[in-house]
Amino acid sequence: MPTATAPDVGTGAPVDERSSLRRRFDHAIKPWRRANPMARWLVIAGLLITSGFGFLALFPDVVAPYGESQYQYVVGTTDETGPGGEACGRGAECEQIPRRAEPGAGFPFGTTSARLDVFSRVVHGARVAFSIVLMSTALAMGIGVPLGLYSGYRGGKLDRVLVTLMDAIYVIPGLLLAIIVAFVLKQYFAPGLASAAIAVGVVYVPQYFRVIRNHTLSVKEEPFVEAARSMGAPPRTIIGRYVFFNVVQSVPVIFTLNAADAVLTLAGLGFLGYGVPFPQAEWGLDVSRALSDVVSGFWWTAFWPGLAIMLLVTGLTLVGEGLNDIVNPLLRVKGFKGKVPKRGEPTPEAEAEVERQMSQTAKRENA
Amino acid sequence: MTAQPTPREPSGDVLLDVRDLHTHFNVGGGVLSGGGDVVRAVDGVTFDVRRGEIFGLVGESGSGKTTLGRTILGLAPATSGSIRYGDHDLATLDEKRFRPLRRRLSMIFQDPNASLNPAMTIAQGVGHPLRIHGITSDRAATRAKVAEMLERCGLAPAERFLDQYPEDLSGGQKQRVVIARALVTEPDLVVADEPVAALDMSIRAKVLELMMDLKDELGLTYLYITHDLSSGKFVCDRMAIMYLGQMVEWGDAEGIYDDPQHPYTRALLDAIPLPDPSRKGRDRQLPRGEIPDAVEPPAGCRFHPRCPAAFEPCGWEGRDLVDAIEERWTSVGEDVFERELALVGDLQKAAVGRDEIRFPAADAGALRSWLEDVGPQLPAAVASGIDTVEEDGSDVVVRFRWGPEPGQQDVAGRRVACHLHGVVVRPDGDHVGTPPADRVS
Ligand SMILES: Nc1ncnc2c1ncn2[C@@H]1O[C@H](COP(=O)(O)OP(=O)(O)OP(=O)(O)O)[C@@H](O)[C@H]1O
Ligand code: SF4
Ligand SMILES: [Mg+2]
Repeated sequence: MPTATAPDVGTGAPVDERSSLRRRFDHAIKPWRRANPMARWLVIAGLLITSGFGFLALFPDVVAPYGESQYQYVVGTTDETGPGGEACGRGAECEQIPRRAEPGAGFPFGTTSARLDVFSRVVHGARVAFSIVLMSTALAMGIGVPLGLYSGYRGGKLDRVLVTLMDAIYVIPGLLLAIIVAFVLKQYFAPGLASAAIAVGVVYVPQYFRVIRNHTLSVKEEPFVEAARSMGAPPRTIIGRYVFFNVVQSVPVIFTLNAADAVLTLAGLGFLGYGVPFPQAEWGLDVSRALSDVVSGFWWTAFWPGLAIMLLVTGLTLVGEGLNDIVNPLLRVKGFKGKVPKRGEPTPEAEAEVERQMSQTAKRENA
Repeated sequence: MTAQPTPREPSGDVLLDVRDLHTHFNVGGGVLSGGGDVVRAVDGVTFDVRRGEIFGLVGESGSGKTTLGRTILGLAPATSGSIRYGDHDLATLDEKRFRPLRRRLSMIFQDPNASLNPAMTIAQGVGHPLRIHGITSDRAATRAKVAEMLERCGLAPAERFLDQYPEDLSGGQKQRVVIARALVTEPDLVVADEPVAALDMSIRAKVLELMMDLKDELGLTYLYITHDLSSGKFVCDRMAIMYLGQMVEWGDAEGIYDDPQHPYTRALLDAIPLPDPSRKGRDRQLPRGEIPDAVEPPAGCRFHPRCPAAFEPCGWEGRDLVDAIEERWTSVGEDVFERELALVGDLQKAAVGRDEIRFPAADAGALRSWLEDVGPQLPAAVASGIDTVEEDGSDVVVRFRWGPEPGQQDVAGRRVACHLHGVVVRPDGDHVGTPPADRVS
């Protein structure tokens, strides 16, 4: 307590904004303080890796010596004007980046057959990966969370229809679904960041929906929701202020687990030619373009973007797993059983069903 | 029966007038399996609550106390009946039109740990009803009002609690917060659902005392729900004893304690542990047998399978005879059991109905005479309800007497539903058999 406020309550007590905010902050980070050290280290290690890529994504030009589609560079000035590249043509004397240079001085990760600097491509690729993950997550959350809240709270027919629909989407393998969406979008829009983000985002809508809906289902049975009803709160307020804030903790966990998956989905899309179009720097696309190089012994064009994919996925997974451990004990106490399901893992309901059947078998055997 | 004033005559100012209220729940039965079962959680309840009184609802677990409270507050939809409150019928009011009334009708929940939103500070949680009903318009005014109510509820200085979260408080403090939240809109009626049951023994009395003080200060009326008849004694002005969704006895609380008129009330009172320190609070002896399934309550008087005073017209039916025979077999010797089993056959094969039961017997004549001989020795008074035992081909058919569901009658200034005071038929009840010629109305 910084200052002891006079206890002049009852007559419009002055609001001690600072201590009130501090209490709320303390409340918010309490799970972090209580978490076991291992989980915290996972999160920290993951955050270090992820924020490294984050830096590349925010300031690619600071790190990358060349642009993502730059194949020549300025070596001096001339007075001649002649045909050629933009800057290079007018007043600048340029030299082309060598084809298939081995990693070494000047080109730390080597160059490609199209005279592109692999290091610069990898750095710019971080920007594409981050923007697509962010945009697709915003989309998946923006649809999945409100829909899950509404469907779980309302229940009834609408809920059953939505659950069936989402389950139908969920059983389609992520990458296949993304390809289908990308393919459809291609008929109407020029491929680009936005359509890739939509294709990736659609894959994760069911995950947000499911987790939020199931969590809503258990939170809405809590007496404090009935209490809110009994004091006259309309459904909008109940969902917004009583349910939402008690299910929102699972959102960061789904996000970090999905983000890793989204990086892979994006890379897969790019690899198959349905992602962002060349010459934008996208790791999956670069790996795919480097395939013929690998056969002829130029390992570096595929290796570095591949390594970038792996590292970023590892970083995000560490954060996700760590957060899962930190947030889940809280969720479990509040009636949310089990982990946030990842694609392909049994859902909490499925596990509960197995448990129920096992206990029934046990009972039968006892009888 | 008597000409005494009945509790139905509103002597005080009637705040709430509940008539023939039913609340049924559909359970089980998904979309595919069709109908499913119906739990008759509240099944024809009529009573009134007077302004300023404490009306107790007492009964075992599952008797429908909470559901009755929730129905009155519009939290569970009434199936039929009426709840008059001022000019409104709360039973038929839709959610939208109910909402403005909610500042006048509050609820205190049993478990303070679960009835506070963990994501709201105390100031936000207690202040929310004020904001919902537009009683205060800005944050400072809300906080001031909340602080005042918290202090009234014994949370002083309020500043210490306003910005805390529920998890920072003890159980007793939380329940004080819940009380503050229920009272902050200055309600008329407060439904208190076992408000102290979840609290530590040591603080129960304090919280109850607080509720009593606040009632006097703020002029409240309580509907006080408890499964504990002994605590109700010090609290209630009038009370109702509930059993399987119905009120078996209701009226003046003191009278109920001093001179219970319904066997169930008597059984509950006998089960109250004496103030003897060597006996721990929980080991009360409730009436024999289990509380029946609310989906299929016994016909006739719902209490008859457990009632120590049950007699002829109490509604004996097929399954009572099966239960009685089974119970007999658990107490007789091996040889008697073997002999009688051969006679009666597999009880599972008997066609059990309400008015009659049909045994497919190996030797019908022998079974009939056994039933006639052994009947009076069977546990409970099942035999008193048997009308005829007949052979029908190779079957033996046992038919039961008329066993109407008891309606309420005035006894000692209270409403009581029990045939011991004269057979009164409940108009829409589940009756066994057909009335004798002289009773057809
Ligand atoms: N929402 C519901 N859906 C289905 N059945 C319900 C529901 N609420 C209550 N019931 C059933 O109605 C009956 C009465 O329940 P209720 O909670 O009102 O009893 P109670 O007297 O409050 O018991 P307790 O002392 O255990 O709180 C029970 O059989 C219960 O299972
Ligand atoms: S009617 Fe009275 S005597 Fe008969 S079973 Fe019911 S409570 Fe007992
Ligand atoms: Mg209850």
